[in-house]
Amino acid sequence: MDFQLTDDQAALRDGARDLLTGRFGPERLRAAVGAPVPDRGLWRELAAAGFLAVRLPEAAGGVGLGLPEAVLVCEEAGRALLPGPLVAGQLLAGAVDGVATGERLAALCDGAADPVLCEFPDACAEVVVLDRGAPGRAAGAYRCAPGAVTRAPFASVDPLTPLARLTGYPRTAPLPALDVPRLYREAALLTAAEQLGSAARTVEAAVAYARQRTQFGAPIGSFQAVKHLCAGMLVRAELARAAVYAAAVTGDALDIAGAKLLADEAAVRNARDCLQVHGGMGFTWEAEVHLHLKRAWLRAERWCRAREAEERLADALAG
Amino acid sequence: MDLACTEEEEDFRAGLRAWLAKVLPALPPKPAATDWPGRRAYDTAWQRMLYDAGYAGLHWPVAAGGRGATPTQHLIFLEETERAGAPYVGANFVGLLHAGPTIAAEGTAAQRARWLPPILRGEEIWCQGFSEPDAGSDLAALRTRAVRDGDDYVVTGSKIWTSHAEVADWCELLVRTDPAAPRHRGISWLAMPMDAPGVTVRPLRTLAGSAEFAEVFLDEVRIPAAHRVGAEHDGWRVTMVTLSFERGTAFVGEVVACRRVLAGLARAARANGRWDDAVLRRRLGRLNAEFAALWRLTQWNVSAAQRSGGVPGAGGSVFKLRYSHARQELYDAAAEVLGGDALDADHPWVADRLSALSYTIAAGTSQIQRNIVAERILGLPKGR
Ligand SMILES: Cc1cc2nc3c(=O)[nH]c(=O)nc-3n(C[C@H](O)[C@H](O)[C@H](O)COP(=O)(O)OP(=O)(O)OC[C@H]3O[C@@H](n4cnc5c(N)ncnc54)[C@H](O)[C@@H]3O)c2cc1C
Repeated sequence: MDFQLTDDQAALRDGARDLLTGRFGPERLRAAVGAPVPDRGLWRELAAAGFLAVRLPEAAGGVGLGLPEAVLVCEEAGRALLPGPLVAGQLLAGAVDGVATGERLAALCDGAADPVLCEFPDACAEVVVLDRGAPGRAAGAYRCAPGAVTRAPFASVDPLTPLARLTGYPRTAPLPALDVPRLYREAALLTAAEQLGSAARTVEAAVAYARQRTQFGAPIGSFQAVKHLCAGMLVRAELARAAVYAAAVTGDALDIAGAKLLADEAAVRNARDCLQVHGGMGFTWEAEVHLHLKRAWLRAERWCRAREAEERLADALAG
Repeated sequence: MDLACTEEEEDFRAGLRAWLAKVLPALPPKPAATDWPGRRAYDTAWQRMLYDAGYAGLHWPVAAGGRGATPTQHLIFLEETERAGAPYVGANFVGLLHAGPTIAAEGTAAQRARWLPPILRGEEIWCQGFSEPDAGSDLAALRTRAVRDGDDYVVTGSKIWTSHAEVADWCELLVRTDPAAPRHRGISWLAMPMDAPGVTVRPLRTLAGSAEFAEVFLDEVRIPAAHRVGAEHDGWRVTMVTLSFERGTAFVGEVVACRRVLAGLARAARANGRWDDAVLRRRLGRLNAEFAALWRLTQWNVSAAQRSGGVPGAGGSVFKLRYSHARQELYDAAAEVLGGDALDADHPWVADRLSALSYTIAAGTSQIQRNIVAERILGLPKGR
């Protein structure tokens, strides 16, 4: 057993972090908040670096790595608050033309959600709906002809993720090669990985601010009430990390449900505590904190929400 | 990231399983919680069996009489023994997890030869005399005095919350040898025989009703200077070297046990109809994720320790913070499953619910653990 990153995995993570720091710094983030359209140039660049084709076999032009590596990439994207349909891109690379190279953006929608939401509706040339099946209806993934999709406006709480509500999504082209339960599972895991990245980032942001902000003649980080908030944040992030990484190794449905549950908790609660540590500054549009919180809320609602995860995990007990 | 065990590790597991399957059925019944001599006999007999089978001191260095096993093998040992329902470390806790490793790391050859083999063979029980009435979280405030007199120290003072003091043969004692020095510099580590004249043990009853710990009064107790481990006045460092062992590994097997209890809660809830309550069900589901993740965190920490050559990192504090809380949540959920039976003090889950209350206090309170995490891992400034 060696449950730590391998040297290659650490290098991959560092490379992804460096790339995102260089290409998606604070200014770019601010610009993205003002105009939430994916930066196609950046997207192609990330694709060229393997962000989308991480798991596509090398023979198919991909990087040929596994779920743990995909998780590390998503974690870094979550940390950086990278906008764009990354999870969908990773899962549909190879299945939908042009996605792996970043030429085309695809949205992956959960047909069982209510409402059925679509990320980046204006930018995504492709809409793939996951129908998890129902009595009398087989599960399946479908591609909807772009012209045939109808949608209603939806004011996304997350300034970095425009949403639309799908009102009509005819199943024009089935994608029989896609394994729906597996896609759903992996969407949940990769989303959890983004949550983990966000949770780890907000610990750092809170700690950095707590060291630098002075009140009563001392850094606020020397006050125990603040210190203990930060310690609690780290505990949440590290527990989520263990759960998410382990689920990436096993690929097991229950492990993934647990990982999503804990990563959602870590991302949401850490963003809340980070906001608290920032005081009035945390309540501003300008500070980054609200972006983490809103995105964490959004991700928590997608792919295996808390209620579903808890029920499944309960069900697995003494069945 | 690899969760699979190597062939060598699997062989170790298989051998251990086979041995456990052979010996556990022949074990005598567990003595009652209040039967202290019985508990001592039971715990030491188990330790002797481990010794004879080559499993004693698995994680101790070979030079100390241990097996020099890797952290992963130790983890497998804790996992398998717990899974098989083998006895817990019990009264051997301090000897195996703190005093022993301290002596192994800091003792002279003669000291190691005198004290370590009897710990491994289950012949001598140790207790930990650190806390005092006025020195709990602030351990360095300890005042028990040791004055040098020829080849002896003469020790006077009192210790409190000393677990297993009633049945212990030895006590790892922290004493103040230099009252004039800065607090952390005037402390020494002594091995005190519990039957030395001047030692009085007064059991304290815990809220669970039993006498798990005691007050220990020391009235001019003579302890040979040869019983000092490490340099004079250097006891603080000597102690801290191995304190992280306690936090790192003490609760690992218990996570496995908690997962078993959780499955039991689900079975009971299905049987008594409370399973229909979605709030309770979801709570149990969340606990399932929680304990599964705590096990993964353990594997993560153990792998980190393995890479760093066996040194447990600060990950122990992160683990302890979450685990102690989760354990309390588990037994609160048990009470919900039990309904009115949660008031039955004889129910094992109720007894465990009570003892779980100590987990956020003993071995460093949760507040102290948060200070450690914030200051040592996150680098926040020390408070005033
Ligand atoms: C079941 C059990 C077994 C034990 N066994 C042993 C043993 O074998 N040997 C031994 O030596 N000791 C033992 N202890 C003692 C244990 O280590 C102490 O109880 C513990 O360190 C806390 O010290 P205290 O009880 O004096 O509480 P205090 O230190 O008085 O703490 C009281 C409260 O104040 C808080 N507090 C104190 N200082 C701070 C601070 N700086 N910041 C924030 N909050 C603070 C604490 O978190 C706690 O909530 C045992 C305790 C228990 C419960």
